Formats: sequence, C-alpha cells, structure tokens
Amino acid sequence: MHPVTTVHYLALSAALLLIGTIGVLTRRNIVIILMSIELILNAVNINLIAFSHAWHNLGGQVFAIFVITDAVAEAAVGLGILIALFRNKETVQADEIDLLKW
Amino acid sequence: MLDTVLFYSFAVLVLGGAILTITRRSAVHSAISLIVSLLGVAGLYLLQQAEFLFAVQIVLYVGGIMVLFLFVIMLVNLDDAARARQFNRQWLVALAAVAAVGAELGYFFHRGAGAFHIAETAAALPPGTGNTEALADSLFSEYLLPFEIASVLLLVAVVGSVIMAKKRI
Repeated sequence: MHPVTTVHYLALSAALLLIGTIGVLTRRNIVIILMSIELILNAVNINLIAFSHAWHNLGGQVFAIFVITDAVAEAAVGLGILIALFRNKETVQADEIDLLKW
Repeated sequence: MLDTVLFYSFAVLVLGGAILTITRRSAVHSAISLIVSLLGVAGLYLLQQAEFLFAVQIVLYVGGIMVLFLFVIMLVNLDDAARARQFNRQWLVALAAVAAVGAELGYFFHRGAGAFHIAETAAALPPGTGNTEALADSLFSEYLLPFEIASVLLLVAVVGSVIMAKKRI
C-alpha cells in the first residue's frame, strides 16, 4: 500500500467537489442544493489543509477558518431566504421559482 | 501504515456520505448523511495535524450548521417535495462537469501519486508550540484585518437572516 501523500488529499478533494457540483446542478430541492454548497466548501477546506500540512505554513489553516465563517454566513442567509420564499410561494423546488423568467 | 488505513476509511466516510446526501429523497436523510460526510472531513483534519480545525469542524458544522438545517427542514413543509420529481433536466451540464473532473481523476490514477512532485519542506514548528497557539498567533497578528472584516460579515449575515425570516419589518 502506498503511503498517503498530499496528492491523495487533492484527489479526494476533487472528488468531493465533483459530487457537490452534481448536487447543485441536478437537484430540485433548495435545501439539498444548500447542503451541496457545504460539500463544495468542505472540498476547498481539505485542499487548504493539505497544502498547509505539506508546506508547514499556517496560512492555509487560517484561510480554512475564513472559509468556514463564509459557510456559516451563507447557510444563515440562504436558509432565511428559503423561509421567506416558502412563505410567499409555498414551494421549495428551485425550478418552480421563476418570477424573473420572461 | 495506520495513517494509510485511517485516510482510506475517512475517505470512504466523506465520499459515501456525500453521495448519499445528493441522492436521498428525504431531506432529513440527506442531512444525516451530510453529518457523516462532515465528520469524515474532521477526521482528515486530525490526520493533517490541524487539531483546532478538527474541533471547529465538529462544533460549528455538526453542532451549528446542521442543527440550523434540521430546524429549517422542520419549519418548511417538505412532504410534497419528497413526493415530487427529485432531479431537474440539467443532466447534460452535470455530465460535462463529471467528464471534466473524471478526466482529471483518471489522469491522476493513470500516472500514480508518485508522478506528482509537491515540494514538502521539512521546516517544522518549534517544539512546544501547539497548533491552536500557533494558529491564534497568526490569526491575531498577520491576519487581523481579515479577521475584523469576517466579524462584520457575520453581523451582516445575522441582521440579513433576521430580516429575511421576519413576517413584517
């Protein structure tokens, strides 16, 4: 069995990013789209931590903290928007929210 | 050897949880799978000696964000959504994304991990300095301005989400 290197973490991160992207692009339920965005942000974090470990530089971990902060802000505002939408339109399907469509 | 076994078991947790998250019909099942995936990511942080981020990941993601998601799932009636069609018609775009990253992964597996050289320097931290301590030093000296901006961002997010969720301002 090969020893685990930074490249293994990068491959895992790419796979997680791929799964998150598929979720964002194909699901209709907005709650699950928001969860897929969390998956994408976690893939970014794995990347940052892997390089931080490889180069013994703490900058990557500090940036991972900022990414987590952004994820929290995004989840709070996104779920607030979702509640407002559900109150007005009674739906959580992304393709049924088409007020701005011609 | 132990590192390798742990890495692969955490990788299975991460990817398996992620795949279940985007395929389950019920949003609650998706949320539980997402928790499994995030715990796997926390384990990977621990393997990379990022102990502080390991704790933050569990406290903040699993304890904070996921509880927020579950609250919203309870508040919003998702029964109709669970019975409806789950996927939209954008599968061509998704297929293109899969092909792009799949080609990248295929190239990686074809060449093998040894073919990619990422310079791994040996300059370690001075002994006796913990990860949390070093991180705090860096965060409160070098990255003080981004830290303050992040606090403003959180304030804006709190005010914004309250205004969004309120019936009448």
